Amino acid sequence: MQPQQPPATDVLKPSTPPFWRDEAKRALVFQVLALLIVALVSYYLYSNTQTNLERQSIATGFGFLDKEASFEIGETLIEYSAADTYTRALLVGALNTIKVSFIGIVLTIILGTVVGITRLSSNWLISKLAGAYIEVMQNIPVLLQLFFWYAIFYEAFPSPRQALNPFDGLFLCNRGMIFAVPEAHPAHGAMGWTLLLVLIGGYFLNRWGRRRQAATGIPFPALRLTFAAAIILPLLAWAVYGAPTAMDIPELRGFNFQGGVTVSPEFSALLLGLVIYTSAFVAEIVRAGIQSVGRGQIEAAMAVGLKPGQVLHLVVLPQALRVIIPPLTSQMLNLTKNSSLAIAIGYADFVAVTNTMINQTGQAIEGVALIMLVFLFFSLSTSLFMNWYNKKMALVER
Amino acid sequence: MKFVKLMAILLSLSLLTVTFAHAGKDLDAVKKKGYIQAGVNGGVFGFGMPDEKGVWKGLDVDTARAVAAAIFGDASKVKFTPLTAQQRFTALQSGEIDVLTRNATRTLSRETQLGLNFVTVNYYDGQGFMVPKKLGVKSAKELNGATVCVLPGTTTEQNAADYFRTNNMKMNPVVIESTSELAKTFFAGRCDVLTSDASQLAGTRAVAPNPKDYAILPEIISKEPLAPAVRHGDDQFRDIVDFSVLAMINAEELGITSANVDDMAKSKDPIIQRFLGVVPGNGAALGLDENWAYNIVKQVGNYGEIFERNVGVNTTLGIERGLNALWTNGGLMYSPPFK
Repeated sequence: MQPQQPPATDVLKPSTPPFWRDEAKRALVFQVLALLIVALVSYYLYSNTQTNLERQSIATGFGFLDKEASFEIGETLIEYSAADTYTRALLVGALNTIKVSFIGIVLTIILGTVVGITRLSSNWLISKLAGAYIEVMQNIPVLLQLFFWYAIFYEAFPSPRQALNPFDGLFLCNRGMIFAVPEAHPAHGAMGWTLLLVLIGGYFLNRWGRRRQAATGIPFPALRLTFAAAIILPLLAWAVYGAPTAMDIPELRGFNFQGGVTVSPEFSALLLGLVIYTSAFVAEIVRAGIQSVGRGQIEAAMAVGLKPGQVLHLVVLPQALRVIIPPLTSQMLNLTKNSSLAIAIGYADFVAVTNTMINQTGQAIEGVALIMLVFLFFSLSTSLFMNWYNKKMALVER
Repeated sequence: MKFVKLMAILLSLSLLTVTFAHAGKDLDAVKKKGYIQAGVNGGVFGFGMPDEKGVWKGLDVDTARAVAAAIFGDASKVKFTPLTAQQRFTALQSGEIDVLTRNATRTLSRETQLGLNFVTVNYYDGQGFMVPKKLGVKSAKELNGATVCVLPGTTTEQNAADYFRTNNMKMNPVVIESTSELAKTFFAGRCDVLTSDASQLAGTRAVAPNPKDYAILPEIISKEPLAPAVRHGDDQFRDIVDFSVLAMINAEELGITSANVDDMAKSKDPIIQRFLGVVPGNGAALGLDENWAYNIVKQVGNYGEIFERNVGVNTTLGIERGLNALWTNGGLMYSPPFK
């Protein structure tokens, strides 16, 4: 028998393998399968829940959102009364969550950076103190810290009638910190607009200055100029409007202080607890970021004659931030999520308000779904912003 | 965390299979496992709270024991699940507990929208206000602008808001989830007023650093008929829970106590004979042993006994019978005939 010669065309053209040997097609099949399983499980959960709810005649749907909430909320950023709807009550809760998270994140980044840099200080005592702060605060559960701060606020401060009054217009008591604010006046609006204009102008001035420096090498003090303008121009606007000085001074009437602005002990305790806890983690992240920049880089920067501030600004920070931003994002998300512990110390955040709603309507599934949705939204928006910032800061290869 | 627990209950609710949706499911399930799982408060003295030895004590706890005595002839065949106000109904709906005896107010919306049935009221309560005496407040009408400590997840939050609205007053709520944390906050002076059911106020005052410094205001601003609840779907089980409560009331009406029940069983009175199962009929009708009511009275006591033992004037709570006295003494406790 002669060995059969395959036809020449078959040798040149590779035979197509069956689809189970084709990697691309196999991957596709697996993905479709996975998707199908997920869809089936979700459908099973959904239909089972529906059937069970119907069988036990438990009300479903989001119709209750338009009903009157008929409960009061202690702290509100917008007008709210018990006669408003559940939707508005939820909005109040969501705004309270945003308030504590936003202020918390800003303070955490500031405190975390300070502690992180302190930890690297060549001063033995200072560096060890920062180290102790980080170790202690990282390792005490945040809920305990909240209870601790809250107890300090309501146990240590006197009742409103014996409120501490360190100077005119400021009262400290177990109802919170109450301080005088300037009475509403058109001048304040004008000051705000002036400040905004200065900031926008400063941004463009800075861009122009940097471009000129890149082209000619001559530096321009844009930041300092903007800073000076941001103080002087709004003050000028204030003077133009007749320099109003009337203050809304808090006054003890009945049970509580009326007038002024009150920062409640619940808010303060929650903010303090979250900031102190999270900033310990941020401090470690900042330290890691700074240490990731090679010693040689700093020495090289100093060798070419940059000042210490410029070394930090132009060489260390841009590289350190690349290491810092991704884990910092997750700490920001942590802080936002931990703010839901508010209910333990009576701050009316989104979860606390939703809990009350669940109890009054009995619609737990809808309520929990809303909580998940809202926190997902907060987290995703934070992530989106931080990813954008991260990309901006990432290494650009030229 | 409580939220996690709520989630877990919700998940189990969604995973419940539809298969056991036939009549008698709850009673069958209870008989099969050999004990009742009862949801109780866990933190309110006199109603549902373990003592220092870990033994559950309280009016609601004894109500659950009565159901166990009726079904198993043994009041100890009951296990307790402490629940927060938020978890209670979900726990009952999902089947985590068989019966809820946890000072829950019967309302129309709960009865219709939560898929559960309340039975006979075992405590008539009403919401009140407690203030430190040094505030000098004599009536709830003087509370305009006050800071009010309140528990979340109850009818209390809504009642307080309604009361302040009706009287054109402003309130400033401080809402804290844990009963003990809320009490601490109030005693430290964070709030001017603590509002809750009057019975709970008495319980909270009993554990105050200095109970004499606090006064409960005369206004009772709501009706809170507290009743045990079961879920929809098993009417026989519902009847048993219902008549277990009624048996305690009926025993008090007939003058039968845990001490004299053996003597009373020898009574010639046909009403007592029927009630204690000497003349059979009631047990078979409920699907229980004929001794069921005898077991309740013998092992748990009549309503007057459990009231005085847990919350009565000789306890730290010192609550008068008031609305909870028998109808013959001007109260609301009234049992239909056992025949």
